[in-house]
Amino acid sequence: MSTQSSRLAARVMVAPSVVLLFIWMAVPLAMTLYYSFRLYRLLSPDRTGWVGFTNYLWFFNSPDFWLALWNTLALVGGVLIITVMLGILIALLIDQPVKGQGMLRILVIAPFFVMPPVAASIWENLFMHPQNGLLAAVARGFGAQPILFLEEYPLLSVIGIVSWEWLPFATLILLTSLQSLSSEQLEAAEMDGASALNRLRHIILPHMTRAITVVILIQTIFLLGIFGEIFTTTQGGPGSASTTLPYMIFKQAIAAKDIGRAAAGGIIAVILANIVAYFLMRGIGRHLDA
Amino acid sequence: MGKITLQHVNKSFGEVAVIPDINLQIEDGEFVVFVGPSGCGKSTLLRLIAGLEDVTAGRIDIDGTDATHLPPARRGLAMVFQSYALYPHMTVRKNIAFPLKMAGLSEEEQEKKVQHAARILNLSNYLDRRPGQLSGGQRQRVAIGRAIVREPAAFLFDEPLSNLDAALRVTMRQEITELHQSLKTTMIYVTHDQVEAMTMADKIVVLNAGNIEQVGSPLDLYHRPANLFVAGFIGSPRMNLIEGAEAARHQAATIGIRPEHLDITEGGPWQGTVGLTEHLGSDTFLKVTLDTGELLTVRANGEVALRHGDRVALAPQQGKIHRFGPDGKALA
Repeated sequence: MSTQSSRLAARVMVAPSVVLLFIWMAVPLAMTLYYSFRLYRLLSPDRTGWVGFTNYLWFFNSPDFWLALWNTLALVGGVLIITVMLGILIALLIDQPVKGQGMLRILVIAPFFVMPPVAASIWENLFMHPQNGLLAAVARGFGAQPILFLEEYPLLSVIGIVSWEWLPFATLILLTSLQSLSSEQLEAAEMDGASALNRLRHIILPHMTRAITVVILIQTIFLLGIFGEIFTTTQGGPGSASTTLPYMIFKQAIAAKDIGRAAAGGIIAVILANIVAYFLMRGIGRHLDA
Repeated sequence: MGKITLQHVNKSFGEVAVIPDINLQIEDGEFVVFVGPSGCGKSTLLRLIAGLEDVTAGRIDIDGTDATHLPPARRGLAMVFQSYALYPHMTVRKNIAFPLKMAGLSEEEQEKKVQHAARILNLSNYLDRRPGQLSGGQRQRVAIGRAIVREPAAFLFDEPLSNLDAALRVTMRQEITELHQSLKTTMIYVTHDQVEAMTMADKIVVLNAGNIEQVGSPLDLYHRPANLFVAGFIGSPRMNLIEGAEAARHQAATIGIRPEHLDITEGGPWQGTVGLTEHLGSDTFLKVTLDTGELLTVRANGEVALRHGDRVALAPQQGKIHRFGPDGKALA
């Protein structure tokens, strides 16, 4: 039981960290918001004055923006689908008792420790390269033309690379969830006449719902900001075929040196993230309740 | 029908033979209890019958057909697990209906059978709850309900009461016994609690280190234990076992006398000193240290006024002394 005074004392004592966190979050957001309504170009002498929604309108009127928005959502959605589905399959697979299980699990988790630009470089140069890449060699081995991954399917290639990086994370979380399923439940289901597929559908997947939710939520947060992989491989191209919202903001900020526009893009990205979060929480957030 | 026959059943995990060789016949409608200390292989034996483990060698017949290599679902058996193994994300109704759904029954038939089982088990008011919202006893009943609806040839219980508190255990024990009376289906029940075994069983199978020590009715085992292990295991408090000179006078390596078969009388042949006394109200259990050094437990009536340090003389009742040979087997 907490009395009035002890509650007050508690509030006073947590206040400093709350205030600090608030400043930490609010100040950058406020500054971005401020710049997004300002003319602020590093390469031109006039960098003052309010411009209203001009920076925002530039985005909305740019055909690249809608493509980038779509690309961002496609990247997030594609990677989520691939990592969750493959993650479940791999988790089911490496949950089976095999020799060298510990080693196997470390190998499965290893890609997660590769830094994004390194991972992207490896994929670009060792796998997807039309001359030196392994995939090209395989294609030639079958007498086919090597596929120009990054040129012909830039977004799909990026989705593939990012999925490879995030698959271990999904697998790991889903594996721990799988291991917490009591074997007696599975045995009971087996005695109840449930086939392997029915056990997966009625027992294993419902048990993993919460873990799947966690994977989706956490990955969404990180995937909305994917940048390094695109920068290292396609540079958002060809054209704007693999430009995502973060990459577009980068181009405005660093290439075009237009801080105002980049800030507007940042605010749009924040709004997009919130919309995505809203729908995610409405759709699957209830699974987080015990 | 639920007649189960085990012939030369052997189960080894790697090099370790958990069950070296078991032959056992379980008649239709019997309530059979497998009892033994932990690690004696009783749960493994149950899982072999259920099909959750594969036999290494031997043959299991259920209703006269070879079931040795049948998958668990096709053996027509239902199992109640120690942890209940309810499906936590399903309501009680869906839990009970799950085997029916897997068998492809129509919704109406499922509902009819679920309602029937719920009535038998007093679960009608809980059908829309989830297992997490139920007490231990209710969960146990749901697990039994899930077994009942399948109308199995036999029920298998794997220490179903060990997660319940003492009072509930007694109630559930009676409920399961009554269920057996009304269903008249074969039941195989695994426990390490000899009280459960004595009170519930038609036939007790005493297991030790993967071997059957004795099979018989509860009173059979109580009155005529085949060997020292059964003598020590069945009966509470344990049978007093005496070796040495006193046993030799009865031409045995060991003699056994149950606490309830010792009388406190003036001039009894065994003299001793009372140690610990346990007053249960109806009975008093006395720990008596004989002058020859043996520690005996004596069951006396509730009003006995003996205290720590008192001298007593004990007399075994006529014909109640069990005699065992040097190999531990009972002598005729």
